Amino acid sequence: MTRPDLRNLLRGDTRADRVVPPTGYTAHLTLFVAGAMAFLVVFALALSLASGRIADRWASELAGAATLRINAPSEQRAAQTEAALTVLSQTPGVASARALTQEEQAALLSPWFGPDLPLDTLPVPQLVEIIETEPGIDVAGLRLRLGAEVPGAVLDDHTRWREPLVDAAMSLRRLGWISILLIGGATAAMITLAANASLAANAQIIGVLRLVGARDGFIAGAFVRRFTYRALFGASVGTLLGMTGVLLLPEASDAGGFLTGVGFQGKDWVLPVLIPILGATVAFFATWAAARRKLKELS
Amino acid sequence: MGARVIELENVSYTYGGGELLSDVSVHLQPGSFHFLTGPSGAGKTTLLKLCYGALAPTSGRLSVFDQDVSALDRDQLALLRRRVGVVHQDCQFLDHMTLAENVALPLMVSGRAESSEQDNLTELLGWVGLGSRLEALPPELSGGERQRAALARAVILSPDVVLADEPTGNVDWEMSQRLLRLLIELNRMGKTVLIATHDLSLIRAAKSQVQARVLRISQRKLQLAGADL
Repeated sequence: MTRPDLRNLLRGDTRADRVVPPTGYTAHLTLFVAGAMAFLVVFALALSLASGRIADRWASELAGAATLRINAPSEQRAAQTEAALTVLSQTPGVASARALTQEEQAALLSPWFGPDLPLDTLPVPQLVEIIETEPGIDVAGLRLRLGAEVPGAVLDDHTRWREPLVDAAMSLRRLGWISILLIGGATAAMITLAANASLAANAQIIGVLRLVGARDGFIAGAFVRRFTYRALFGASVGTLLGMTGVLLLPEASDAGGFLTGVGFQGKDWVLPVLIPILGATVAFFATWAAARRKLKELS
Repeated sequence: MGARVIELENVSYTYGGGELLSDVSVHLQPGSFHFLTGPSGAGKTTLLKLCYGALAPTSGRLSVFDQDVSALDRDQLALLRRRVGVVHQDCQFLDHMTLAENVALPLMVSGRAESSEQDNLTELLGWVGLGSRLEALPPELSGGERQRAALARAVILSPDVVLADEPTGNVDWEMSQRLLRLLIELNRMGKTVLIATHDLSLIRAAKSQVQARVLRISQRKLQLAGADL
């Protein structure tokens, strides 16, 4: 496509657009497809963005911390905790280290055992919370030293938990984007079919236009503009409905977990506005390619 | 413009294994007036379609305005058609557009649909006697009105050649004489005119008004029938 072709197409000509009859089932098909696909893209986008946020949160929240678990008989637990804190205070990369109180440990266990847990009667290990500095601690080195000086200590740097969670969130995000690409491809395919049907149905009109000296660019332009505007309108309605649906989803909450976090936050709300423009762009190129192909066939 | 507006040299056209035109040679000079006659199905429409590039010859050489039509791409053919006005037997209008819009179609496709051209459009529709039917849709027009509108559309870009395929096929005698007068008037303005018709009375009626050359197609071949018939 040359630059003048593109300029003429975008500028439009309402009189020239009248050469294509304004009705037909392809008009309804294009509107419906663009609307439905835009609606789905809004949700795929919301899911993808929410997954991304969760992946980032999990990665950042768990990355700068580690937990030391001291499994020792009750009479040695305090001494080993003290020894572990001493080791940690001398370890590079440790910003702070503190033993959790009994109340804090009971609060951690209460979702599973209830609030009235008699912690002092159970062989519950002592937990030590470690906050790291950048670039963090040398986990292997610290394990060796703790193994020598605090035999009951087990260091958990959260890698075991963090990586699968972040991977899962990232996969979900990727799936969201792949869905958007697939929806875009399906939209292009459907609009190509609709454009082909419209061009075939209007072969007689194309014949008349050629008879009076119309170039392919003029004929293609009339069809391309018609389909582009229809797709823009359909996608705008679909996006609006999709955004309304996202707005009606429950607010993000800890109790609801991931499901309640699906939606847009802050500047994310700008992204759905791009969906109708992308839909129109897809329709533009799909119809342009279909028109050029069909016009070649009809010559 | 060269000495020959349209020139066919040993042109043959085959479709579906059958030869519709065989070894046709003819040339049209600027400002000349021709009738193309012959029985129905003889190949008159095929010859006309070859002349404006709607069909490509199977063999032989066809040039229009000194351009080899076979060597033109689709866009070049479109530009060539703006210099060749065509009146189809079935008129070929866009039924969802008004008469004025249909007649102005060549202006629109050639990017000349500005307001100054609208005056020419009104004048032209007045010339063919359709000044009061601007907003009518093609299905609302009579056969004669459709043919006159088709003629107006064919000449709105002031082409050098006017090709008319059975322009009087669907109209009464009076209307056919009116159309003939319009075509003769165009020829007096310097346009080359080629009318395909099987109506010999039309040719006889033209005899007293214009110097016409009659071409006859018979058994797929073209014969010069002479000025008189």
